[in-house]
Amino acid sequence: MADSIKIGIADLNICKPPQLICTIGLGSCVGIAIRDTSLKIGGLVHIMLPDSSQIKSNANIAKFADTGIPELVKKLEAAGCSRSRMEAKIAGGAQMFSFQNKNELLGIGQRNVEATKAALKALNIPIKAEDTGANYGRTVTFDPATGDYEIKSVGRETKVI
Amino acid sequence: MDENINIDQMEEQYFDVLKEIGNIGAGNATTALSQMLGSKVDMKVPQVKLLEFKDVGTTMGGEDQIVAGIYLVVEGDITGSIMFMQKKESAKVMVSKLMGGMPSEGDDFSEMEQSALKEIGNIITGAYLNSLSTLTGLKIFPSVPDLCIDMAGALLSVPAIEFGTIGDKLLLIQTDFTDDVELSGYFVLVPDEESYGKIMKSLGF
Repeated sequence: MADSIKIGIADLNICKPPQLICTIGLGSCVGIAIRDTSLKIGGLVHIMLPDSSQIKSNANIAKFADTGIPELVKKLEAAGCSRSRMEAKIAGGAQMFSFQNKNELLGIGQRNVEATKAALKALNIPIKAEDTGANYGRTVTFDPATGDYEIKSVGRETKVI
Repeated sequence: MDENINIDQMEEQYFDVLKEIGNIGAGNATTALSQMLGSKVDMKVPQVKLLEFKDVGTTMGGEDQIVAGIYLVVEGDITGSIMFMQKKESAKVMVSKLMGGMPSEGDDFSEMEQSALKEIGNIITGAYLNSLSTLTGLKIFPSVPDLCIDMAGALLSVPAIEFGTIGDKLLLIQTDFTDDVELSGYFVLVPDEESYGKIMKSLGF
């Protein structure tokens, strides 16, 4: 099994082949994998919330879609990647508990996905594939060499997007 | 007192208060559990931890550990949410005891077992909220519980996201119940920003 870098919740990092990069147990959070298709350098960010501007304690920029995604792109650019060659794959944004009520945070998965798409659009990075929504957790592994994004869930078949 | 608390800078005494509420709550929960199971249940002193998000999963034996989580929303004088989690194996044992010792078959939980799990979560979180309510004199109404069985990381992201709006850490209360087998349970309590202030105020801080 290839060496893989693990990132936590509200965390980000980049990697080069043969390394893989993974994050375990995405619930309502979204895991955004971005890579430079010719340099084969890629990265992953595990965001928790859509918007940093609505929250006071926003020191950890990897926590939010609107700051975490630009930060990952910045890191990739610092490693020599070009934004024009970047593409993204996204997974997560589930709704773990089904009940609905007044608490707006319960729809957070969907809001995370929307904010992720908006942030990628603003950076002109195309989304090649996505596996979002539903009501189950996902463990994801990204291979920057091939762009394969492997998604594992409890009691479901592993899929690659 | 400032009603808006940044949980990352929570002072020692607030932390102690929450710990004590955790203790009493877990005590009540143990009594409830013991009555429900019709057997003696011992409880270890609960551990209350303020954890970084990225360390939360490892505490429960890894983010990919499969757990049964019961989640409910709290309304009334304070608002927030509470989650009670058990490792899948612990949950299986508890359910089987509750259902008169019938062994739980297969890898999944039947509809009946899921319903029993919800009830366990309801009683345990209810006992906990009761002690919080009694101590503070605040009215607290829990919603109907919802159950989800999935990876610990994915479940914990739900309260973590709510905590995420007020800080970078999560308050986790770990309670080990011992019967003839050890049953671990974890509470995650998330009062919202304003409610933290209310709890402290009602306790005379």
